[in-house]
Amino acid sequence: MKYEAVIGIECHVELKTASKMFCGCANRFGAEPNTLICPVCLGMPGALPVPNAAAIEYMIRAGLAFQAAIPEYSKFDRKNYFYPDMPKNYQISQYDMPLTQGGVVRYWLEDGTLRECRLTRIHLEEDTGKSTHAGSGDGRIAGSSYSLVDFNRAGVPLMECVSEPDLRSAEEAVGFLEMLRRTLMAIGVSDVKMEEGSLRCDANVSIRPVGSEAYGTKTEIKNMNSFRSVRRAIESEIARQSAMLDAGERIVQETLGWDEANGTTISMRSKELAHDYRYFPDPDLVPMEITQERVAAVRAKMPPLPIERFERYTREYGFNVKQATQLIDAPEIADFFDRSVTVSKQPQQTQNFVLGDLSRLANESGTPIQQSPVTPEHLGELVALVESKTINSKIAKELLARMWAGEGSPKSIVEREGLAQTSDPAAVARFVDEVLAANAASVEEYRAGKTNVFGFLVGAVMKSSRGKADPAAVNALLRERLGG
Amino acid sequence: MNGRERSARELIDATLARIENVEPQVGAYLSVLEREARERADALDKRIAAGERFPLAGVPLAVKDNLVLEGTVTTCGSRMLERWVAPYTASAVQSMLSAGAIPVGKANMDEFAMGSSCENSALGVTRNPYDLERVPGGSSGGSAASVAAHEATIALGSDTGGSIREPAAFCNLVGFKPTYGRISRYGLIAFASSLDQIGPLTRTVEDAALAYDAMAGFDPMDSTSVDRAVEPTAGALREDLRGVRIGVVKQFDTHKLGADIDDVYDRALHDLEALGAEIVEVELPTADYGLATYYLIAPAECSSNLARFDGVRYGLRVDGADVAEMNERSRAAGFGPEVKRRILIGTYALSSGYYDAYYVRAQKARTLVARDFAKAFESCDLIAAPAASSPAFRFKSKSDPYSMYLMDYYTIPMSLAGLPALSVPCGWVTPEDGKRPMPLGLQLTAPLFAERPLLAAAHAYERATTHAAKHPTQIAEVAR
Repeated sequence: MKYEAVIGIECHVELKTASKMFCGCANRFGAEPNTLICPVCLGMPGALPVPNAAAIEYMIRAGLAFQAAIPEYSKFDRKNYFYPDMPKNYQISQYDMPLTQGGVVRYWLEDGTLRECRLTRIHLEEDTGKSTHAGSGDGRIAGSSYSLVDFNRAGVPLMECVSEPDLRSAEEAVGFLEMLRRTLMAIGVSDVKMEEGSLRCDANVSIRPVGSEAYGTKTEIKNMNSFRSVRRAIESEIARQSAMLDAGERIVQETLGWDEANGTTISMRSKELAHDYRYFPDPDLVPMEITQERVAAVRAKMPPLPIERFERYTREYGFNVKQATQLIDAPEIADFFDRSVTVSKQPQQTQNFVLGDLSRLANESGTPIQQSPVTPEHLGELVALVESKTINSKIAKELLARMWAGEGSPKSIVEREGLAQTSDPAAVARFVDEVLAANAASVEEYRAGKTNVFGFLVGAVMKSSRGKADPAAVNALLRERLGG
Repeated sequence: MNGRERSARELIDATLARIENVEPQVGAYLSVLEREARERADALDKRIAAGERFPLAGVPLAVKDNLVLEGTVTTCGSRMLERWVAPYTASAVQSMLSAGAIPVGKANMDEFAMGSSCENSALGVTRNPYDLERVPGGSSGGSAASVAAHEATIALGSDTGGSIREPAAFCNLVGFKPTYGRISRYGLIAFASSLDQIGPLTRTVEDAALAYDAMAGFDPMDSTSVDRAVEPTAGALREDLRGVRIGVVKQFDTHKLGADIDDVYDRALHDLEALGAEIVEVELPTADYGLATYYLIAPAECSSNLARFDGVRYGLRVDGADVAEMNERSRAAGFGPEVKRRILIGTYALSSGYYDAYYVRAQKARTLVARDFAKAFESCDLIAAPAASSPAFRFKSKSDPYSMYLMDYYTIPMSLAGLPALSVPCGWVTPEDGKRPMPLGLQLTAPLFAERPLLAAAHAYERATTHAAKHPTQIAEVAR
C-alpha cells in the first residue's frame, strides 16, 4: 500500500544568555565540570530561583519570529520527577501558560518550494546537569559502578519548541529544522549547535494510507545527533512502519533510539512508564506579565528574518535558491548586502561584488566582513557608479582596492581624481585624434587591411584617457575616423 | 550597647554562661555557636570602638535551624541534614548580622517546620521554660524557649501556619509574622513556599519591631519578596489605641476554649477598649475552611520542596543497588513520620485526576479566605483573636495528628491570606492537668503591609498590661 508519513518535531534549544535561567552563574559550554555552579543551580536547601529577564526577551523574539501569540500572562510550573542530574528533583518549566502559543515555521525545500509547519507552543524551562557513568567500559549506565554528575549545564535556559504533526517526509522535517536553526541564530538567541547539545530534537513518526485522515500509531525517535541522522532515522522509521503494516502487523507506541552505526531505530524500553509529573505553579516565582509595550520594544529591535530575506531575494531580486540560501546562511554578509543594495538598487551586481571581490579582500586579510573598511553604503555607491557607466568595471575593481585601503567613498575618489568615464564626444574625439596622430604607421596598416591593429588602437586610446573614456564611444569614433 | 555600658563580648559571654547553665533543662538549641559568637562579638567591639554604630549591637540571637548560616550545621531538625554544613547565609540572617546581632545558637524545631510542639524534631527535646513538663510549641519551639529562658534576646523563627505565633503564645513572648514577602526567604529551607515567612520572637514588641526593621525589604535573591518601601516601625510605637477599631471574629468563639481561657480573652478585649480602641464584630465566614485548605496547599508544596533530599548531592545517603533504591532508602531513613505523612498527602493532592479536586479547589478556597479578610478590614483596622487553641500542653498528649493540627486553627487563615499577624502575651491560666500557670497569647492581625499600626497597637497593649513581665521560675529553681 502507499503510505503518507505524519511527523512532528519536539526540540530543546539552549539559549545563549550570559547567565543561567534562575541564578547568576555563567552560561558557557565546555568549562571544567562543576565550576559554573552556585547554591541556586545546585538546588541547595533554602536557595531560590530568580528569572533571567534576557531569557524571557529571547522567548519573545522567538515568538515574534514565528508569528506566535505572546499571551499577556505567563507563569512557571514545577515538573516533578526524580532524576539524579536534576538538582531539585523537579524542573522549573511551563505547563498551561507558556510564553508563546501557536505560530508557524515557514521553510523552503532544496528546490525552493515553500512549506509551513505550525507550532503548538514554545516554552521556557531550565536544563538539567549531565551524568557520566563509569566502570562499565562503554559509558552506559548498565554495568557501571558509579556515576558522576556535572552541574555546569543545570539551570541553563532551555527553550522547548513543539511542532504540530504537519511534516510529511524526512526532507520536510530537515527543512523545518534547518529553518528553525537559521531563524534562532539570526535572532541571536542560541548557537543551535547539535554537536554541543544546544539543539536536541526528537521526532514523532506515524504513517497512514494516502488519503486517510486518521492518524496511525506513532513512535518517538530519540538520540539523533545531526540533521543527517534526523533524515536517516525518519526514513528508516517510515520504511520499518510501512513494512510492518504491509505484513499485517500492528505498530506499538514506543520510544526508539537511533543507532547511527547500524542505521536503524532500536526500541529503548518497551515498558512505557506512565509519568505523572504533578505539575503545579512554582510558588517561588510570581506570574509574569508580558506587556504589549515590552513586546513592541522587542519587535522594534528584531533583525531581518531568514524567511523574509528568502522571499525578497528570490521574488524581488530573482536570485536562485542556492544564491539566496548562501547569502542568508551567512547573516553578516547578508546584512552587508542588504545595506549595500538599498544604495545601489542593483541586487545582482551588488551580490557579485559582495560575494566576489569584497569577500576575497576580506578573506585575504582575515577581516570579518562586518569589520570591513569598506562600508556597505560605499560598496552600494560603487555598484551604482558602474551601473550608471560613470566608471567601468576595471576602474571599479581598482577603486574597491583603494576603498579597502581606507581612501573613503568611491564618489569622492572619482571626483578628486577625475576618474569619471567620459562619453562626451569632444573629449573622446580629442583622445582618439591624439592617438591617431601619434600612430600613423598603425593607421596605415589598418587601411592596408591589417584590421587586427584596431584593438591596439582602442587600447592606446583607453590608456591615454587613463581608462576614463567610454569604450563603446571610443570604438564607434575610431571606426568612423578610420573609414569604416 | 553602642553606648558602651557593656561590650558585645561581655553580653555574649553572659549569654553563653546562661546557655550552659539552663540548656540541660530547656534544650532550646541544636548547636551552640560558642566560638563564632565570641569572635563576632570581639570583631563588633572593635568596629564600635572605631566609631561604627549598630541598631542591634551585640544582641544575642537564636536562629531557627531552618535558616542557613555559612559554615554552620543547619539541620531543619531532621536526620536528613544532621551533618549538613550550609555553604551560604540566609538574607534575613545576614540582615541581622549587619545590624550587629550575634547568633549564639541554632534553635530546635519540628522537623522541616512541620508541627506545633517541637516534638517532631528528630534531634532533640525542647521544654517549655514555664513548665518543663510541657511543650514549647512549634514549629519554632527552640526559638521560643531560647528567648523565654533568657538564652537569647531575639530569636528568628519561621511561620507557615502559626509556627511563630503559637510557640510565642506558649512561652509568653511576642511572636511576629510579617506580611508574606516582606522578609526575604532566601536561605530559609522551604516547607511551603507560598506560606513560609520569617519573623522574630522576642520578649517585647519593641525588640520585635527592631528586628523587623533590620530584616524587612526587597531582596533581589527572592522574587517573591516585595519591592515596596518599608517604613521603620520601632520609632512609631504607640501608648494608646484611640481611634483604632479592633474586630472580633464572630466565627472564633472563645467560649469553646473553656471558661478560664474565655475570661482571659474577654479581659484582653476590655483592656484594648480601655486604651481607646473601639471593639467591633466582624465575620470570616470561610475561616472554618482554613485548616483543610492549608493541609492541601502546604503538603502539596512540601512534597515538591523536599524532593531534593535524595542522598545524591548532600545530606543523608543510604546506599542501594541503584540510584532509585539509594533515593528510597535515604528518604526512608532521613525523614520522620510527620514529614512522610505530609509528603504523601501532598503527592496525592497533586496527582493527575486529583489535582483539580484538591489543589485547585484549595487555591480557590484560599482566595475566598483572603477576600473575607479584605471585607472584614473594611470595618476594622485590626483583628483580635486567640493565638492558639490552648495553652502549652504536656508532652505526648497530642498523639493524633489532627488534634495537633487544630492548635493552629486561629493562625492558619492569616497565613493563607498572607497577612501580618503577631501574638502578644495576654494572660495566664492553670491547665487542669498541671499546677503551674501557663501563658496565653492574643493574636492581632492587620491588613497587608500594615506592620506599622500592628506593632504600634501591640506595644500600647503590652505597655498597659503586665503579662509579659512574668519570667519563668522553674528553671531557676532547678538550676540553682
